[in-house]
Amino acid sequence: MTETWIILGATSSIARAFIRQEAANGSGFLLCGRDMDDIAATAADARLRGAPMAEAMAFDARQPDTFAPILDRAASLSGAVSVAVFVGSMPEQAAIDADPAMIAGVVTDSFTGPAQFLTAIAPMMETRGAGRVVGVGSVAGDRGRLGNYVYGASKAGFATYLSGLRNRLGRSGVHVMTVKPGPVDTAMTWGGPKQPLSTTPEVVARDIARGLAKRRNVIYTAGIWRLVMAVVRAIPEPIFKKMTF
Amino acid sequence: MRWKEMELAGWGRALKSTAAVARPERRSALAGAAAPAIGNRRSYGDAALNGGGKVIDMTRLDRVLELEAATGLLRVEAGARIGELAQLLAPRGWLPAVMPGTGFATVGGCIAMDVHGKNHHGAGSFGMHLAEIELIVGGEARPIGPDDPLWRATIGGLGQTGIITAATLRLIPAKGRTMRVREQRVEGWDEHIALLDSSDASYTVGWIDATATGARLGRGILEEGEISDASLPPAGRSRKVPLDAPGFALSSPVVRVFNAAYYARVPAQGRTVTRAQADFFFPLDRIHDWNRLYGKRGFHQFQCVVPPAQKDALRDMLRAIAQSGLASPLAVLKRMGPGRAGMLSFPMEGYTLAVDFPNRAAARSLIAALEDLAIAAEGRIYFAKDSLAGAAQVRAMYPELADWQAAVSAADPDRALETDIVRRLRLRDPA
Repeated sequence: MTETWIILGATSSIARAFIRQEAANGSGFLLCGRDMDDIAATAADARLRGAPMAEAMAFDARQPDTFAPILDRAASLSGAVSVAVFVGSMPEQAAIDADPAMIAGVVTDSFTGPAQFLTAIAPMMETRGAGRVVGVGSVAGDRGRLGNYVYGASKAGFATYLSGLRNRLGRSGVHVMTVKPGPVDTAMTWGGPKQPLSTTPEVVARDIARGLAKRRNVIYTAGIWRLVMAVVRAIPEPIFKKMTF
Repeated sequence: MRWKEMELAGWGRALKSTAAVARPERRSALAGAAAPAIGNRRSYGDAALNGGGKVIDMTRLDRVLELEAATGLLRVEAGARIGELAQLLAPRGWLPAVMPGTGFATVGGCIAMDVHGKNHHGAGSFGMHLAEIELIVGGEARPIGPDDPLWRATIGGLGQTGIITAATLRLIPAKGRTMRVREQRVEGWDEHIALLDSSDASYTVGWIDATATGARLGRGILEEGEISDASLPPAGRSRKVPLDAPGFALSSPVVRVFNAAYYARVPAQGRTVTRAQADFFFPLDRIHDWNRLYGKRGFHQFQCVVPPAQKDALRDMLRAIAQSGLASPLAVLKRMGPGRAGMLSFPMEGYTLAVDFPNRAAARSLIAALEDLAIAAEGRIYFAKDSLAGAAQVRAMYPELADWQAAVSAADPDRALETDIVRRLRLRDPA
């Protein structure tokens, strides 16, 4: 039976790498996002690489009325339906400091939008007792720091949400995996400050596949970030609050 | 688009310059863009460089958009790599009609250089197998076809007419995923030319031992290949050159020993073997970053083509190369057919010789002498390889340069798309 992946944020380059990889394995796709021309190109690419089906659908984390058509389409599919969330936005912290109203948008893009979608689809996954959820968060969610703590806070919220969803869906045999990438060489980081221990979308996609195969709960990618963040989390707050990095 | 200051180098690593680089992931980001597009930077010299200016790296726009299974028409984004396309298409019964010597070259780069492959004598150049090019001209996207006045200026046009975003390729049917390759030793120059002339294989290439002199001048190995459906054990891992090699790695005694061993590898009576397609078409791609073997200073490749009647000029060049003791193991001789698709396309009917040299003063002066020999022989040098020629030398080699200049001036009047090679060779300056 074919697995169909609902991809939220299909224009992200990490999503693209994941789609290519799973297309070659014969998965089908509902590719969801805002730039429909771009998603149509990714859908065509997925079909030519082996996906039996790849449809482009409009999705905007800030517009919950875009969710229903995707949920309806998913309900009409036979076999396992899985969801991978690649959405999120990371404006400069300075821009947010100048315009605090931006916080609501960041939280919607990175946390509450996808969480609403996942909560809406959860009953269907429970009923089918099949499918997987991949939620891409960030190491930035492990501890709030000067440079991007609003983005980090949203990702932290999303990670906690995923932990709860795992607790709920695990009972029905649905595997929920949280993915915490360090810096990845994408359009989001291009031209920004030089990042240590950076990785590529292809490596993230490969790590996601490995984590799914092993039914891992939380993965870091590149793997070294598990260790780095263990150290970062262990720094006492009185010291951490004085650090700049 | 966001820009990042980066030092960029050509594949030969002898030429470098710093530019602001954008790397869009969606085509919508290109709206209104007016900077030269670059691919995987596999040109040896400065074709992908724009010192002090901007370039747009197209490698993230690499999706396959449409394959018409009945006709073999493939629409693909410009950043797609030829090797990856071959790997994707062969199991579906198709291959790109023309593939250059590295699978890392992008579709956009193959168009802008009108590249050729081991089948040029029969199939012609890359641009001859294109049905359509999608081009951003003056900030506006539009498809162009063979009747468009920009068509022949764009193919082989060094990216000067616009940003190539996608193209439709006419594929060839491929009956299998491997190659049957006949390899034979060639003892000297005259035999090499005779065998290239008489070969009726679809894919033919001659490796030359550029250190051999006297009666052995021009000795080497002739490879003739046909697409095959024979099966093959799984390929080994690819390797990577982890750091810049020291200067002696490709010194004259090392190269002589290597070449002798490489020659002796093929038995005297020849042999027929089955190879993976990637190993036949892209023999060096399995050694990632092999350009680092030449050390920090980098290297140059000299490649010229001369008409059939001037083949003795190539022998004279080879003699000068062999006597210099400067050549690397990478030396290739090929028969070329007349096929070319653009005003500045490299191919012409005749023979082409390509040799790598480490970036040293003696090699640079040897290459200058070779270039003059190429002009005297009514031949031409290849922009994808060149990093040393002068403006005056090139003018004599490209008779359609004035027509190209007129077309390019109309498409890019503000010279927003100029690159280092265009300035070095004054390609857009009227005589």
